[in-house]
Parts: sequence; C-alpha cells; structure tokens
Amino acid sequence: MSNKYADRSHVVRIIFIVVFVLFVGRLAMLQLFNSEYKERADRQSLLNITQYPARGFIYDRNGKLLVHNEAVYDLMVIPRMVDDLDTNLFCQCLGITLDDFNERMQKARKYSPYTGSIFMKQISKEEYAKFENKMFRFKGFYISQRTLRIYDLPIAAQVLGYVGEVNDADLKRDSYYALGDYIGKSGLEKSYEEVLRGIKGKKVIHRDVHSREIGPYRNGMFDTLPIEGCNLYTSLDADLQAYAEDLMSNKRGCVVAIEPSTGEVLAMVSAPTYNPNLLVGRIRGANYVMLNTDISKPMLNRALLGEYPPGSIFKVAQAMIALDLGVISPNTGFACDKSLVGCHNHPSARSVREAIKMSCNPYFYQTYKRVIQQGKYKNYNKDAQYGLTVWHDYMMRFGFGQKLDIDLPKSGMSTGNIPDTAYYNNTKRWYGKDRWNFHTIRSNSIGQGEVTVVPIQMANLAAIVANRGWYITPHVVRFYGNDSIQDEKYRIHHETGIDKKYFDIAADGMFDVVHVAGGTGRRARVDGLDVCGKTGTAENYGNDHSVFIAFAPKDNPKIALAVYVENAQGGGGSWAAPIAGLIIEKYLNGEVKRKDVEKQYRECNPCQKLPLTRRVKKKK
Amino acid sequence: MYQEKLKYDWLTIGLYFAIMLFGWINIYAAGYSEEHAKVFDFSVQHGKQIIWMGVSLLLAAVIILTEPRVFSNTAYAIYGIVLGLLILTLFLAVTVNGGKSWIDLGFFRFQPSEFAKFATALAVAKYMSAIDIDMKNLRTKMVVAALIAIPAALIFLQHDTGSALVFIGFILPLYREGLSGKFLIIGVTAIVLFVLALLVDKFILLGALAAIAVLYLFVWLNKRTSRDYWHTIAVVACCALFVFSVDFVFNSVLESHQRERIDVLLGKSDDTKGSGYNVDQSKLAIGSGGFIGKGFLNGTLTKADFVPEQETDFIFCTVGEEWGFVGCVALLVLYTLLLQRLIVMAERQRSTFARVYGYAVASILFIHLFVNVGMVLGLVPVIGIPLPFFSYGGSSLLAFTILLFIFIRQDASKNQLL
Repeated sequence: MSNKYADRSHVVRIIFIVVFVLFVGRLAMLQLFNSEYKERADRQSLLNITQYPARGFIYDRNGKLLVHNEAVYDLMVIPRMVDDLDTNLFCQCLGITLDDFNERMQKARKYSPYTGSIFMKQISKEEYAKFENKMFRFKGFYISQRTLRIYDLPIAAQVLGYVGEVNDADLKRDSYYALGDYIGKSGLEKSYEEVLRGIKGKKVIHRDVHSREIGPYRNGMFDTLPIEGCNLYTSLDADLQAYAEDLMSNKRGCVVAIEPSTGEVLAMVSAPTYNPNLLVGRIRGANYVMLNTDISKPMLNRALLGEYPPGSIFKVAQAMIALDLGVISPNTGFACDKSLVGCHNHPSARSVREAIKMSCNPYFYQTYKRVIQQGKYKNYNKDAQYGLTVWHDYMMRFGFGQKLDIDLPKSGMSTGNIPDTAYYNNTKRWYGKDRWNFHTIRSNSIGQGEVTVVPIQMANLAAIVANRGWYITPHVVRFYGNDSIQDEKYRIHHETGIDKKYFDIAADGMFDVVHVAGGTGRRARVDGLDVCGKTGTAENYGNDHSVFIAFAPKDNPKIALAVYVENAQGGGGSWAAPIAGLIIEKYLNGEVKRKDVEKQYRECNPCQKLPLTRRVKKKK
Repeated sequence: MYQEKLKYDWLTIGLYFAIMLFGWINIYAAGYSEEHAKVFDFSVQHGKQIIWMGVSLLLAAVIILTEPRVFSNTAYAIYGIVLGLLILTLFLAVTVNGGKSWIDLGFFRFQPSEFAKFATALAVAKYMSAIDIDMKNLRTKMVVAALIAIPAALIFLQHDTGSALVFIGFILPLYREGLSGKFLIIGVTAIVLFVLALLVDKFILLGALAAIAVLYLFVWLNKRTSRDYWHTIAVVACCALFVFSVDFVFNSVLESHQRERIDVLLGKSDDTKGSGYNVDQSKLAIGSGGFIGKGFLNGTLTKADFVPEQETDFIFCTVGEEWGFVGCVALLVLYTLLLQRLIVMAERQRSTFARVYGYAVASILFIHLFVNVGMVLGLVPVIGIPLPFFSYGGSSLLAFTILLFIFIRQDASKNQLL
C-alpha cells in the first residue's frame, strides 16, 4: 500500500520547484530589471549634502586683493524631517512672518519632501550667530555654508564682472551646476568661471527611518572634499584703474591702458561705472534692475563693446600701410587742399611725420586714394576693388575688424568694422559690385565713414606703434592658480608685417603731436616724459567724440593707451589728450604733480562746458 | 535483533546548519549598531539567537540519542499536552503585536503554537500509520481533519492567523497517502476565485465561469453523459456560491488590517505610508540590492531600520539588500534542496509513520517559506510567520529544530527491524 501513491511524490516535488522558480522570477523583476527601487531607496535613506568650494580670489598686478569671499549661510530644509517645530521661535529667529514661513515651506515641499532645498539664502554671519545655538531645536533644518563675493575696491566693475544664480540654460549646458548655484555672469567672473569655481565636495549622510543622522554613508567612502577655486592674478594696476576711473567720472567713454611689451591690460575703464558690491547678495536683484534700466548703461563695458568711429587716430595706421605699399615715401608731401576735405588751419605737411603731427585731412585723403587706386587695373572701379582688398588685409593685421582674443567674455565684445569689397558689393546695403571706387569710400581715409573701431583696438594700435610693428593680444589675467598657469596664446607676437623704420616715423610724428608747436595733442604733455600720442575727433550724430591714443616713453614704452570721451565739446586734443597725459604721469611717475589739471578734468562734464584749461591758458 | 549502524543524513544536517548560520549573519546585520557590534552581546537579538542556537543543538543531540519509537509511542501524548498548552494560552497569553499566542514564563516568553506544528505532525503520522487506514474512507478523513483543525482553530483564536494557516500544509502528506487530488485542485481554485472575486465584477466572473463550463462540455468532452452535465452544473453552482460568499467573508470574517493587506497586495490600495508601508519598504530594500547586493552591513535601509520586523518576519529583506539577487537565490536553493531532500528521505522510509511525518515536515517548512518569502516579495498578503531556521526567535528555532531532527532520527534507523 505504501508505494501505491509513490508517484505522487513527483507532484509534491514539482510544486516545490514551481514556487522556487516563481520566487527567482520575482526577485529578478525586483532586483535586476527595475532601477526605481534603488533610486527610491537611496532617496529616502541617503542625504547628499553639497560642500561648496571657496571661489578663487582675484589680485591686481602688484598683489593687491581685488576680490575675495565672505562666508554666508543658506538655511536648508528637508520638509519630511521637520518635526515638532516651535514655529513662533523659528520665525522670530529668522525675522520672518508666519505667512512667509508657510510659503517657503510650501516651496520646499514642492521641490522634494525628502531632499534638502534652500529655505532662506545668504544669511550673514551676524544674523546666523543670533540663532546658531538654537539650531538643534529646529529638526529638519540644517546650514549650508556658501560664499559671497566681496569686491575690496569699488573699481573695475565691468572687467571683474559679477556672480549670479545659474539659469536653466546653464543647468542644461553643464551638469556641474545644481539649482541655486552661483556662476560668473560677466567679466572675468564669467570668462574664468571654470578656473575660479573650484570643485564641489559632497557629503553623503546616512539617515534612519526617523530621519536621524546615522553617520557618514559607508564611512565616507563616497564623500569628497571641496577643492578651492584657483586665484586669478590679473595685470590690472589697481591704483591706475582707480585713478583712471576717477578721471572719467562725470563722463561717458572709456580708457584702455596696455603694457605694450606683454599685451597686459593695466587699466580698463568704462564710464559711467558702478560699485561691483552692488551686485552681491540679497540686494543684487533690486540693484540689477536699477543698473540695467539706467540709460547710461553702466553695466556695459564700452572698452570692448563700443563701436566708435576712430577719427584721426586712424591716420597712423593709414600712413603705415601706404608707406609699406610704397605708394608714398616718408618725405612725400601733399598740399592741405581743403576743397578735397575739410581741415583746420595749418601749413601743408611736407612729410609723413608732419602730416601726423598736424593731422592733415587732405594729406590722408591723398594717401588713402593712392592705397585704394593703385592703378593695377584700367577700370577705376575694379582698381578700387583690388586696393580695398590689400588695405583690408593690412587692417586685419592691426587687429581691427575682428574680436581680439582677450580673456573676457566674447559675448561682451564687438568686432568693429573694416569694410571689405564684399561689404561695398552688397547691393542691399551699399553700392553693388564694381559700382564704387575711392571717391565713394573716401571718408574712411580719416577714420570716418564706414570704419568703426573698438577702444581696445585703439589701445592696441598705440601698442603696435610702441612696439614698432607687432602686438601681443591684450589680456587681463597674467596667470592663475598656485602653478602660475599662463595662457600660451598671450605670448605670441602678432606681426603687422610692416617695416620697423616706418613705425619709427610714426613714433616721431606722435612725439611731435605732443611736443612740437603745431601738434594737436599738446595737452598730453608731461614734464620729463616723452609722451607720444595722436588725437582724434570723431564726428557723429551728437557732439564730436574726443579720442586720444598714446604711449610713453618713446623708447621702450611701458604704457600704451586709448582714451575715448563720448560727445565731448572740442576735439581729441581738448579732452582725451590731457586725460591720457594724467594717466601716463600717474603710471610712470607714481603720482600726479599737476593737481590743478587733474581737478579740472575730473570734475568737468564735457557735455556742459569747455575745459577750463583753455580759459586758463587764454588768461596767461 | 539485527541492528545496522545508524546512518544520519548529513546533507540535511549540513543544509540545516548552512541556513541557520546565514540566518544569524543576517540577524546580526539587521540589528547592527555601533554600540552592539560584539558577536556575544547577549542584550541584543543576535546575541540571544546564539543562545537559542546552542539550546537547539542541545535539543537536537537529545533527539538523536532518543530511540525513534519513543516518538511514535508518545505521539498522542505530546499532541494532547500541546493542545492543553494552546487552551491555556488562550487564558494566560500576553499580547504581542496584537496576537495572543505568547506565554510569559518570566525568563522566557514562548509560543505554544510553534510547537503545535510538530505535535500535530506526530499525531497525524501516528494515526495514518495504523494498519486499517484508507484515505478514501470518510471516517478517516474526518478524524484526520479533526486532528489538524483542532490546533489550527485554537491558534486562530489566539489571533495568530499566520500560524493557523500553516496547517493547510498537511494537505500534502494526506495527498501522498491517497487523498484525492481534487482537494488540491479545489484549494487552488478557491484561492484563485477569491482573488478574482475581489478584483473583477462578480457577474463578469460568473459569465466567464459559465463560458468555461460550456467550453468544457462541448469542446473538451467528446462524449457527454447526463452525469457530466449535472457535475458541471454543480461545480459552477458551487463556484457561484463561493464567489458571492467572498464579499461576506472579506467584509465580515476578516479583520480590517487583513482586508487592507489583501487590498495592498492586489494593488487596490497603494497606501505606502499606512498598511502598505511594510511591503513597500521591503520591496525597496530588496530591489535596491541589485545583483550582488550592497554588501554585509552596508544595507542602507536595513541599517536605518526602515523595514519593521526585519530580524523576524522580514529577515529576507536583509538578504535581498545586502547580498542581492545572488544571495537570495542561494538561500532559496538551500531551502529547495532541503525540501527535495526531505521528500527523497520520506520516500525511502519503511514505516508509514516516518514517511507521513517526513512529508509533514517538508510541507510545514514549505508553507512557511512560501508565505514568508511570498509576503516579503509582495506576492502574498502580509501574514506574520517566520522563515524556518532563519528568522530571529527562540520558540520558532527550537520548534523547527525538533520538527526536523525527529525526522532525521527516524531516517537514521530506517533499516532497523521494527
């Protein structure tokens, strides 16, 4: 009887096997083919706390601190962990109302009940100290230390830029950032963002079912320490920058000063400017709106963004091109024929040197005509096509008509305009192919017409003459980090390809501008210094712009600069030249002895009245 | 009397040790905390479990040294004593987790229901081993049913539904001894209908049943007798009656927490903070383990006490989280090997008593495994019963050890002449 049903053992054994297979299948479903469980498990038992690195400091060329950080505290909340909260005390500590509290909690809950989000940001050290000892009573809240920028000197706002919260585009572009993080929005803060920001650290905290902290997850195996951002060592001279900004107060315009031998920017002023500390912390929002709606556009960096007609400073480049082409010789003279183009009263120039000194318009009319109409083609219009192409190539080698590869955000930069054949051949805007020649574009000869130049390019022109034919791309940062990393591209000499001897002529002419009777920029003179300069008066819709480029000393120049004063009454000699002289004096002598001159130019508003110096001199 | 040397089934004993040790490792992990990291810390569960393991081994040794016929001779006596204890429990019990199945002896709280399993197994085996027994006989069926139902009912009265349900497992040894297979089919059908009745509209369900009956009669059967018609109609009628009684059972017999657990299982409720919390956390813990697990003592949910009852009924989560798919399958393989081995052993017994008892052991272990792991994996509603040899708990470890070793002892002397 016992074996009558022995076969039934197989049924029982099969039942056991079926259940085994069922379980293995279910386990595979849970553990192998579904990542949702893992994510949810991590979310509820682990808490990622980001540790923010200190942003790199910024120094000037003499080691003076321009930007550093200050610790602030973000109060974070994990809504699920908030328990047994004395709301009254809490609101009192933070100085918020109950409605405000509820609103903030609602927002945090919406973000995520399990993970931390910002409840209140940028609480200062002093504010935090008031309730630090009560923090243990606020379950579910914790402090995340952040840093805010402090701009030690209220200068160079547009160069340094500002830091703000990341936007959606930033988040999408770079996974480094999380909502609420800070990022450089303009200036050096933006262009050196990846150098300055450092590397975030992470702390993974294991918490239990009651959201109590158990300790570091896996003994901190996944924790990383934040790595501080690299410091930037800029080429700016804080004293010079401050001085130039001071001189440019009450004016619109800009100053760019470069060390010619290195291309290092010594000062970059855009007036009007603002105190960079306005765009820091909780006051940033309101101030941003204020600055952004100001019609004088203080947040624009005019030195990089402003496209201006260069005026007569352009004649220096024109002369070099014509000499190099051989269409004129150093001793070529042209009569000052005012029937061609207007000019001021002066004797006719008998050489290139004299032409630069006196800034003779007809002289450069003739010169440019010889460059454009070289007589290579019988057809006058075709000939102009050829001439303009040659001329355009030269101009590009001077760094005009393109964004100089400076280490500031490319978006805040203009190219300026050096018209080429395609430009004039464009029928929609201009004349059409073979329908133009020198006479249609003659205004370019004296830096008017279609030519526009950005101030940094003007300063670069001064540097090219100072170097007698080459330049290094202007840049603001000399090196960064502890390893003094330097960018190789800022060591390359960009040659104009024009013989040095012609530049010596230009330098002589520019010396005469400042030092010889009949020179147009004599107010740039500084006793004991051989300042070389060139004035420009750029006609435009309003009052003329006053322009001056200069370098000094004449041999082994230490500074080359461009000063541009918008809508000044009077030419380049009356406003920009004396300001350039003061800046050079400040930089080369360390201090300015001519306090009266300094005072006049700082306090006067060029739009309202003529410079006092003229009257003072008349009295003499 | 010729006496052959005793042959112990070392494979079974080895599996027993393997499961028990792996179980202890997971109890250690589930209750782990820095201040109680020592292995012999008797103030915490993993330390206490070491004591229980020692006591269990002692008991196992005692059983091994006992003449096997002692168990068959005293089967009814043991059964009677346990029934007495169960009745006593109804009056003396302390309440633990809503159940009234624990007797407090001062130094040790124990659960008579755990011991009712092997006592019933002994009694059923004893009864079945009588010479004139035939499972076709209605009287036999009634007596066996009573032997099983009485302790089950007493345990049910203690609000320990899980332990009471374990007695369903006795259907397998009875099936092996000749109980009609229809009972197995009826049992499975009842469960399926119960679930469907809760999920599907009753009239649709009845329509489907009728359709199946029609298909059965006119497609499946080639020749139809009037008996076939009457049988089919009777079956459908019974099913219909059952389906309509489901609502009554569900709403009036079951308690509210049991209803909620079934609702959670069937996906009708996804209250992951209330009644569904346990299973949800359990699935999270297991699911987050992945293929190889997070490693010993590295289970983030385990360490953070997210899963309640993790040392006892939900111990399988720990395996899932820390040892991953690999560990879970390994444990299931151990159990399946043990179950298969027990059936092989039962089939080689000469005495009906030993065979029935062997089947009872395998079935009881199987039901525990099925219900416990099924619950943790979210396949079976939450029913609190331990994982044999694995969960923390003195009573259950002792009772399972006794259950298993009585059979090992029987098996060792199977070739002795009786």
